[in-house]
This record gives sequence, C-alpha cells and structure tokens, in this order.
Amino acid sequence: MEQFLGYAFPGIPYGCSYAIVAVCLVLTYQATGVFNFAFGAQAFVAAFVFTLLTQNEHWSGFEAFLVSVLVLSPLMGVAFDRLLFRRIPNSNTTAKLVIGIGLLVGLPDLMTVIFGPQNLDATSTILPFFNPNVVYFTLAGTPINGIYLSTISVTVVVLIALTALLRFTNLGLQMRGAVESRRLVQLDGVNAEGVVLLAWIISSFMAGLAGVLLAPVYGQILSTNYATLEVAAIAAAAWGLLRSIPIATGVAVLIGIISTTVDGYLPTGGLLYSAVLPGLPFFALVGALLLRKGMQSLDSNRDPLATIDPPPPPVASGTRVPSMNRLVKPAWYGLVVFFFISMLTWMPKTWETVFNSGLALSTVLLSITLITGMAGQLSLCQGMLAGVGAFTAAQLSIHLGLNMLVGGLIGALLASAVAVILAVLSLRLRGLGLALMTLAAALLFDNTFFNAVSLTGGPAGLSLQAKWLGTAAFFNFNGHALFLLCFAVLTVCVVVVLLVRRGTVGRNLAAMRGSEMASAGLGINLTWQRIVVFALAGGIAGLGGLLVTIQNQVASPDAWNYNYSLIFVVLVVTTGVSTVEGAINAGIAFYVIEQLLTYLPSRFGGSSLVIVLFAFGTLQYAQHPEGVLEFQKRKGTQAFERRLFPQEFYALNPAEAPLGALPDLQAVTHG
Amino acid sequence: MAEQAALLSIRGVAKSFGGVRAVHDISFEVHAGESVGLVGPNGAGKTTLFNCVCGQLRNEHGEIEFDGESLMGLPTFKRARLGIGRTYQKVEVFMGMTVREHLMVAERARRGESRLWRDLLNMSAPTPDECRRIDATLELVGIAHLADSSVNALGLGHCRLVELARALAAEPKILLADEPSSGLDHHESAEVATVLRTVQRERGTAVLLVEHDLGMVGEVVDRTVVMDLGAMLAQGTFDEVMANPAVRHAYLGRGAE
Repeated sequence: MEQFLGYAFPGIPYGCSYAIVAVCLVLTYQATGVFNFAFGAQAFVAAFVFTLLTQNEHWSGFEAFLVSVLVLSPLMGVAFDRLLFRRIPNSNTTAKLVIGIGLLVGLPDLMTVIFGPQNLDATSTILPFFNPNVVYFTLAGTPINGIYLSTISVTVVVLIALTALLRFTNLGLQMRGAVESRRLVQLDGVNAEGVVLLAWIISSFMAGLAGVLLAPVYGQILSTNYATLEVAAIAAAAWGLLRSIPIATGVAVLIGIISTTVDGYLPTGGLLYSAVLPGLPFFALVGALLLRKGMQSLDSNRDPLATIDPPPPPVASGTRVPSMNRLVKPAWYGLVVFFFISMLTWMPKTWETVFNSGLALSTVLLSITLITGMAGQLSLCQGMLAGVGAFTAAQLSIHLGLNMLVGGLIGALLASAVAVILAVLSLRLRGLGLALMTLAAALLFDNTFFNAVSLTGGPAGLSLQAKWLGTAAFFNFNGHALFLLCFAVLTVCVVVVLLVRRGTVGRNLAAMRGSEMASAGLGINLTWQRIVVFALAGGIAGLGGLLVTIQNQVASPDAWNYNYSLIFVVLVVTTGVSTVEGAINAGIAFYVIEQLLTYLPSRFGGSSLVIVLFAFGTLQYAQHPEGVLEFQKRKGTQAFERRLFPQEFYALNPAEAPLGALPDLQAVTHG
Repeated sequence: MAEQAALLSIRGVAKSFGGVRAVHDISFEVHAGESVGLVGPNGAGKTTLFNCVCGQLRNEHGEIEFDGESLMGLPTFKRARLGIGRTYQKVEVFMGMTVREHLMVAERARRGESRLWRDLLNMSAPTPDECRRIDATLELVGIAHLADSSVNALGLGHCRLVELARALAAEPKILLADEPSSGLDHHESAEVATVLRTVQRERGTAVLLVEHDLGMVGEVVDRTVVMDLGAMLAQGTFDEVMANPAVRHAYLGRGAE
C-alpha cells in the first residue's frame, strides 16, 4: 500500500497542473463558446516572457509577474476577443477551431521571431511563501516541495473561484447565456460583448498564471511541454463535457495519479512502458470522445438567431463572368506549361528544389482540401497519415527490398486504412469532437509508433538510400526526375480530387456539409460517404508523405509530428481550403517564402516566420472563410471584370451597378 | 380506401425525452395516394413523430411499417430509399449548391447511387433522363426559372419550394411535409398547397402534412389526425375533427367548448 501511495502521490501536483488548464478550458468554452486551442500557447508566452525578464533582464519575480501575467496575458485575451473571435458567427465552429489552431501554431514561433532562439530555464517562482527548493514534508515517502505545494494550493483557489463565478454570480449567468446566443442576450439588455470580453480577460489571465506557475515543474521553457499539458487538460475537460468543473478537475488529477503510478509499476524500457505511458492522456481523450455521449452533440448550433448570419462567400471561379472565364482558363494552362518548361530548362537548382518541395507538400495539403474543403470535416492528423505512408515505404524497402515508389503505394493504402479506422471510430463525432479525435490520433502516433526506433529510426529518422528507389536520379538535383515524379503524382491527385468533386460523391459531400439531417433524409449513406472521403484523403496524404520524404532524403518522425498536422491545416485554410489551387498555392508559397526569407537576417530565416505569417493569415479566416488568397483572387477578378466586361459584370452583380449603367443593364439582362 | 393495405402504418408509437413524454401511444395509417393532415398545437409531438418515422429518432415503443415492411432498426437513409420523402420545419438546404444540384443529389440518392469508381472514370455526368425528370419536378413546383441559381441567393419562400422539389425529386411514395407554409406569405402558401394537391393527384404520392395553417390543411387533406401533448386527440375528416370539442379546447382553450 505504501508503495502504491508512493507512486500515486507525486501524480497529484501533475494532475493539479492539468486541472488548472482543464478548468480554464471549461471556463472559456462556457463563457465564449470557443474551445481555446491556443490556451497552451498563451501559457507558454507568459512563461517565456516571465522567464526572459527574470533570467536575462534580471527583473524581480514580482515585476516580471506584473508584466507577463497581469498585463500581457489579459491584453492577449482582449486582442483575441476584439480582433478575432468576436467577428466569427456563433454558428461557425470550424472558424473558431481554425483560428485557435492558428494561434497555437503561430504564438510560440512569434516569440522566436521577436526574441530570437532562447534557452530559458524556469527557476523563479511567483509564490514567495513556497520555496521550490525546500522540502516542506514527506508523504508516503514522497518529498513535498514548494513547487508541489504552490501548484496544489493555486489549483484549489482557482477551482473554488471559477466555480463560484459561474454558478453563483450574475456575471456567470450572463456568460452562460452569451455562449448560447450573444445576440439574444443583447436583446434582453445584457452587454454581451462586455461579458464575453471579461471572460476572455479572466481566462487569458488564468492561462498566463498557469504558464508561469507550471514553468518550474518543467524546467526548460519549451512550447512542446505546454502542448502535452494541454492534451491531458483537454481530455479532462472532455470528460466534464466542457461544462463540469468538478468532473474536469477530478479526471485531471486522476490522469496525473495514473501516470505516475503506471510509471512506477511498469518496468522501464519495456514495450508497455514506451507505448502505454506516453499515450495515457491520449487514451483518456479518446475514451471521453467515444464514451461521453454529450461530446457528440457538443457543436449542435443552439443560436436561435443563427439564420441572420450571411451565407459563406463564393470562390472566385464561381463568380467569374463567362468572358473572364474564357481569358482565365487559357491563362492558367499557359502558366502551368510555362512553369513545366521552366523547371526542365532554366530554373536555378535552388529554386527547383524550392518548387519540388512545394509540389510534394501540396500533395499532402490536397488531402485537407478533400476532407475539410469538400466534406467539411476538420482533420488534424493529415501529417500523421503522410508519415504512415512515408515510413511504410521506407520499411518495405529496408526489409523486403521493395522499390520505395511501389512501397509508397502500399504506404498510401495503409494510411488510407488508418484513416478509415479513425473515421469508423469517430462516426458520431462532428466539429470539435472530430478535431479532437484526429488530434489525439496524431499525438498517439507521435508518442508511440513514431517514437519507436525500430519503425522510424528514432529522432534521426531513416536516411534514404538510392537503391531503395532503384535509381540515384531522385538524389541528383541536376536532373529533373524528382520534379517529374512530384508533378505527375500531384497532377494525378488533383485530377482525382476534381473528378470526385464533380461526381456524385462530391455532390453528396457538399450536401452533407450543408445539412447532414437532410442528406440522410434523401437516402445518402453518411457513414459510407465519410469513410470514402477519409480513405481518399488518407491515401493522398500517404502519397504526399512519400514525395516529401524523397525530397528530404530522410524519413524523419520530426517531419510528421502533430505540430505539422496543425501547420498543414493553417497553410491550406490561409490560402483557400475549398479549391485545389488553394492547396497548391499553400504548398508552394510555404517554401517560396521560406527561401525569400533566407535573404533576411538569420533570425528571420527557417520556418518560424513563415509559420507565423501563415498562422496570422489564418486569423483572416473570420472575415474570409473562403481563404485570404481566394478572397484576393475574387476581388482582383472583379476589378478586371468591371473594366473589361462591365455589362456582363453588372448584369451578374446588379447591386454594384452605378446608377448610369442601369438602362444598359436592362438591355443585357433582358436581351 | 379501407380495404386497401396501408402504405404507412403507425401503431402505439411512443417517444420520451428524459421525463418529457413527447409522443405517446399514437396509432394511425396513411394509404397510398391519400393525403392526411397531422395537426395540433405547438409541442403536440408532430415533428417528433415525423422524426420517428424517418429514423432520425428511435421510438421507444410501438411499430412503424412502411409498404408492408417494418422500419424498426432501419437507418434514415434506408427508410428514404424505401420511398419516404421529407421536408423540414426549419429549412434545410445545402448552402452553395444550385437548385438543380439539390435535385440531382436527391435523384441519385434515391437509387443509392454513389459509386466512387464512376466518379473517377468521369461517368457521373447527369444523364438526359435524369435531366428530364429534374426539369419536370422543377416545373411542377414552379421554380424552373431558378434552376441554376444558388440557394444562397434565394429567400425563405423559394428555399421552402427548393426543399419541396428536392423531396419530390426522390419520387417518394409518401411525402412528410413539416410546416411547409411556415414563414411564407398567403400567396406562397397557396402555391405550396397547389403543388401538394398536384403531387397527390398526378403522381399518386401520399402526403402526410403537418401544418398550422388550418385553411391550407382543409384545402389539401382527405383526412386529419389531431395530436395534443404527445397523444392522439381525434381523427376523421377535416370538418369532423374541427367540430370536435376536445380539438377546439386544445386549440382555443376551455372557453371555446
């Protein structure tokens, strides 16, 4: 018994740290209707600034706390609300999720861009009455130091304060009303905007507090630590249906206790130790998603005023006048031919590599166009599926001597099969539930399969050998074999996506996106459609994974971690998730911008600033859900149409017609 | 009509939500080509009953048969393919799609046609036969001029007609119309009533109509079933049930008796 308690007790402070974040996730969701994916990133930013000020600038703990937690964190909350989430219609779950993901991905990299790479160790504590280096007492053989005591005491205070706020105050009541329909409570005379703003300020303050408080627990300030913390917290919050603070707290503490207990009992180095222990928070999350029925209907829109939201804007190609279409289509074909010839003739090697990387990445991103753009399902594991394709191809080459290109096809099939399993597991999940399920899958693969040295070669990955591909041509950047391969595979994938979109499956997916209830009522088998689209997207991601791996000449688990899955979504959504051009533009733009940034000072080089640019581009999703690039294309096209084909343009857009044009208009429309 | 086998048979159906008894022991039949009104005050359980018939909710007790086949355990899409069409109280259209595309989805879904390989071989273009049927349905509902318009640009009245046309494009044996005149003006409601009568007369489609506009119900239906607080209150011809004191009480309160 004493041994059990000895293993279990150390889990309580960890569980408490999960609980603080879980409770804050519940508060944000209850008060604003936003599942704040960026919570971990906010906590990281506060901890980063706090530690930077205390360690590098030698500020006192109090001064640094004042700036990072009391000023910066609430300001972040104000900015999130005023500039982003307030502009999203209550009913648009995808937009809220995507913007949260954009912030999660962008904020840590923004710190790197602003302050440069830092190596920060958190040693300061914000609670002077508990010294982190002092052991106050021992419980069942476990030394209880200041870090443990401060974590537990803050958790208790937070728990009591937030429960009281939501349950027993008028503000809490207004918050719960505002989350149902901000517009409706406004009609009742409540300052809903103010209530929601206050909720953001409180939750952001809590994020900052949690970040600074937990920093000494981790030691080094790394965004990945906060991401892992967030997953355990998400699992706990999910068990509480993002509603119950006591259940979320209880489950969070339980996860902490189970983690340290399992850690204590399992022999280190064993398969169970390496597979089960890191995966525990993800199993807890999957369990909540599958077993808690309330998670399945979490996103059902309850806003009675949702119908006053405008319909989503059309894509550029859907609004072009016929004469413009006759100009644009040949221009596109001409551009593709020009690009193709350029790549085979005069393109410098550096830029050929850039475009090859872009084409390979575009293939992965195309899978997001299919699953999110066409089917309206937010999958956060497409990077993981690409990794499944890549590692399968590499392993088949190593063990069976199979050509990697053939292995890549098998890898794509395996990725497809994994996607189907995921689709079947999450059949009843929608919106946030599905996003969390796919994120859990990505994290599970990161911590289990992709961690296994026997499968992925460990952190160094598997270096590709020319014999695996049957030729050294793909390694010779003076040749064009890799370009031709990438171009051919991408073309095939684009054609597949376009055919599916134009066909019956595409129409059914569009119908499902519009109304699942009405689609099923017409005779569409939603389950089957969902499995089909997951399978196709998984297969395409697997093929993309193969191309990226050949381009990198190494199959590395780092290239396919969950963070990249999130970044991929951010890239596509920024440019335009509903068109194939969106995926291709995103893939190529990512590497082109990265290359252009190499001409800037080294701090801006690498992928950090590119990710920040795209992440903040995602923030435009609130105004332009069709994608920033798509929006600019439509605007540009319309400007041309006004000048070149005014009569056709005004006939299609009568609301924009100047007064003088009206008589002519009538002639066009009726003639 | 009485000797004819029922197309839709509802026997002792019950459905509760927690402690709330939404539908309790409801039994009635609808025959092929018949038009039946299902009326009652708000909260009577009419839409819940529709949802039980369509499979969007599972009834806890009772039996629902359609065309001689039990619907119990069948998912919604299979019930739809048997010939149950439906429109919704809150308009459910597919944003971003044109009116014609709505009907094409219904046309293919009815036959369970969604083969990926046909799409990949570019064999999914609408056939002349499909186009002809879709055009006929658009004409019937009176929205042929909107065929290539996106529903994003349409008002509520037109969206209701699109929904109706979409349901009819699936050529159902029975159409469950849930408050089709809700939010429409008098003229638009009259158009919907005309379409429903035409569908019943020309296509032989049975209609089960939930409607608060009792004038429209009286115009369209052969028989009326009245529900109140989840239970069945009366059934008979429209004039009979409207003369029933219990029905008048349910609608107008005690003073009306």
